[in-house]
Amino acid sequence: MATDNRPISPHLGIYRWQITMTMSILHRISGVALALGTLALVYWFIAVAAGPTAYATAHWLFGTWIGQILMWGWTLSLFYHLCNGIRHLFWDAGKGFTIPQMYASGYTVWVVALVLTATTLVLAYVRGGAA
Amino acid sequence: MSDLRNPLARARGLGSAKEGTVHWVAQRVSALALIPLTLWFVYSMLIVMHGSYEQAYLWMHAPLVAVLLVILIGTVFYHAYLGLQVVIEDYVHGGWSKHGALLIIKFLCVLLALSGIFAVLRIAFGG
Repeated sequence: MATDNRPISPHLGIYRWQITMTMSILHRISGVALALGTLALVYWFIAVAAGPTAYATAHWLFGTWIGQILMWGWTLSLFYHLCNGIRHLFWDAGKGFTIPQMYASGYTVWVVALVLTATTLVLAYVRGGAA
Repeated sequence: MSDLRNPLARARGLGSAKEGTVHWVAQRVSALALIPLTLWFVYSMLIVMHGSYEQAYLWMHAPLVAVLLVILIGTVFYHAYLGLQVVIEDYVHGGWSKHGALLIIKFLCVLLALSGIFAVLRIAFGG
């Protein structure tokens, strides 16, 4: 199979930095981070099923500083991936492909994701939460 | 070359790479389902996390919650597998390492999904 003269897609190294490419890479990184986060999700379900002692251990673990940092990271990853995922679904429907629309939707994703993350963190620390 | 299968049967849901279209659609359908499911889950967690163990248990014990959690867990791991599969296919190129990584991810996703579903059902059925 002759492959010598085929046009190749431009290598990442020659691209000028753009918010669109950063968001694309972050979509993948946040997705992988969330996949790792499923370990914590399943652990929590198992802890509830296992009983009060296991639940207390899980509660303590998520409350440690490293647990808290992970939870913040997963919260941000979740809302970013969710918002940017909706942006992707609009593209899949053939909408929002002009350059100004791409930038506008990109910045919208950041604003909404950060607001949702901040709201969630506030509700997580305020006694009573969302109840 | 004699192929007894109907050409349409060969092409349906497969595309030139044998699996592209089905994968692509499944990723988007699971994504769509996860939008309300994850928002509901985060909202519920913000309430449950402030309560006692008994409150968390009773929350998961409710039939509607249990059903939604089973759907959530199944969809999360299906979506996660589809996503991780693309990442591996993009970056891991050796035949053995690529297929090995894909198998490990698939096994882990099934193991974790069934563990989570089992935990939810155990509580739902009052175990």
